[in-house]
Amino acid sequence: MLGNQLTKLLQDTPPGIEQTLALVTDFDDILIHGFARLTEEHTATLNALAAAVAATPLGERVGEVVAKLSTGSPDSEQLALLAGTRAALLGAVHDALLSHLDTILNRSRAAHDESAASPSPDPEAENLLTGCRSWLHELAITGWRGVDHELVASASQLIGPLLANPKLRRMAVLIDGFAAELSACCPIRTADHIPVRRWADLWTRAMLLSYTGGWSADDSAGLDTVSGRLLILGADVHEHGTAMQVQVHGVLEPTDDSTPRLVRTSVAVAKVDTIIGPAMWDLLQAYPVLMTALAERRSIHITDLPALPSGDLVWNEERAKVGDPADPFTTARIQLASALAPAVPALDRHPVQIAEPVLMEGYKVKRGEDLSVIVDGVSLPIAVDRLPSCGPLTPQLVDASSACIGLLRWDSGQWALQPLAVQSNKSKKTQVAVHNGDWAKGPTDPKVAKAQTRNGDAIAVLRERAGRLLRR
Amino acid sequence: MIVNAEDTAWLQSSTIQVIKPIRPRKLAKVPFVELADGRLQGVVSSGSDISRVYVSSITAGDHTYSCSTNNNRPCGALSWGLCKHIQALMSEAVVQYGTERVARYLRIEGDVEGLSVPELIRRLNAQHQSLPSSTVFSRFLHHLSYLEVPATTTPLPEMHWFPSTLAVR
Repeated sequence: MLGNQLTKLLQDTPPGIEQTLALVTDFDDILIHGFARLTEEHTATLNALAAAVAATPLGERVGEVVAKLSTGSPDSEQLALLAGTRAALLGAVHDALLSHLDTILNRSRAAHDESAASPSPDPEAENLLTGCRSWLHELAITGWRGVDHELVASASQLIGPLLANPKLRRMAVLIDGFAAELSACCPIRTADHIPVRRWADLWTRAMLLSYTGGWSADDSAGLDTVSGRLLILGADVHEHGTAMQVQVHGVLEPTDDSTPRLVRTSVAVAKVDTIIGPAMWDLLQAYPVLMTALAERRSIHITDLPALPSGDLVWNEERAKVGDPADPFTTARIQLASALAPAVPALDRHPVQIAEPVLMEGYKVKRGEDLSVIVDGVSLPIAVDRLPSCGPLTPQLVDASSACIGLLRWDSGQWALQPLAVQSNKSKKTQVAVHNGDWAKGPTDPKVAKAQTRNGDAIAVLRERAGRLLRR
Repeated sequence: MIVNAEDTAWLQSSTIQVIKPIRPRKLAKVPFVELADGRLQGVVSSGSDISRVYVSSITAGDHTYSCSTNNNRPCGALSWGLCKHIQALMSEAVVQYGTERVARYLRIEGDVEGLSVPELIRRLNAQHQSLPSSTVFSRFLHHLSYLEVPATTTPLPEMHWFPSTLAVR
């Protein structure tokens, strides 16, 4: 990414974003206080919300709901419609930001295919989703300030059955992560801070998922498949107390010689809070091909891997083989500019989902309270807090770097660079590159490996305890 | 009202870290520790019988403590004050959460900075009050059950709200 591109990105903010987010902020304020007792201000907010989407397909129904709200608190279906409206506003912000970025990067993006495979209905799941919906309804009526241990704990009976159904895994990890936060903040009435946008996001997301359900790897039969060489750009790691996901970004060179595509592939595991840091990779050792390719920086040959319209390849070890060494920085330099980006599915149109791979070179790092990269005098914040707990990247390595493969992110009203890999040549010796996925087969830094040995094998200890105590 | 960067993040960030990270620790002796249900509670493996565990807890506020086996048999050492299981629970909680967070949750008064675990325990001035072991034990079993949930290759877009963050290694 060049200096003039960065200037355009940071200075020419698309119109309307600020106003739209102001509406979202007002809506989120209602969730702090709850829908049980709406103030005049809240009613005005809801009217403004209805007016904002009046010209869209949602308009008429939202208008009706908002008109009824002055006489009583909303039922779950009405709340879902309001959640949908909030999601549509953030969807518009997402679209504006992403198309702004695409224009600047000259990145072509596939059109969204509405006819693409959608999740198959699952009657067994319906009961559970209804259960989720009624918990979410209760939360919204009560408002964050009123949420107590009892209300949070009532979600715990949903978690087990949600986790047991592969189709509902997305809902399971979302509700589990959300409930854990609510619980950690109890009593919320007296909490210093409430993560206002965040909890409204999680609530909205769960509300929408309770209608769309989920999609599972079992459903991959109806999907298109792809074959070719997958060149890895880097690994993005997500985690909360009981889940971890590694999402690998790469460029696929299809065997049919069509345009190389930006793709992702993910593996996710359940965990507990005491399995943290580099030890988390041990949970992923059932994926030796993917882990080897990450740790050894190799390409992957894939055959008939199912591909979702979102650009996500549904990983399958049996359809993948480790290939030759492939330096991600070379891939980024040669392929990134011309690769075709995937379409964004309707539900994923939210600014938090923006994770566009970019290559930054020839920059300086500015140290302040936080780190920023400076290219041609333009400064872009580095999302230092997004360096994963399980990888070798540190703020010091980022500080000393001169090239970076990263994901462009947008949060809290600004763009930031999330490093996936950095390269430094300050030592005057050969260039040293450090990647998020370097420790995929265990830490290569002896100090870190030793610290891990000192603590013992957390997974083995817990599995032994589970084996002895769980089925008695 | 003055709005600083931190306040802005609490209001406007979709990814602000709400739960403070915990530190890794040895799990062999005390496989489970949590600050929940108004207690510091956990499970301590028995030193003599590998299929027996002790369920130990200290209640926030009044600092009453309890220790019994998973079969609800009271811990024999309790008649002489805090048993070694509760001491082990406290030590591991301090490793996992830090002294300050444990003290704040239990509402231990006064400055606790730099206190050793025995010093912290002396601040408790506690009394024994037996709690049924089943609640904590079933939370432990639920905790263990996560290790039996199969991995998935279905992308989980929701996890973008939960970025991995650089924690203490």
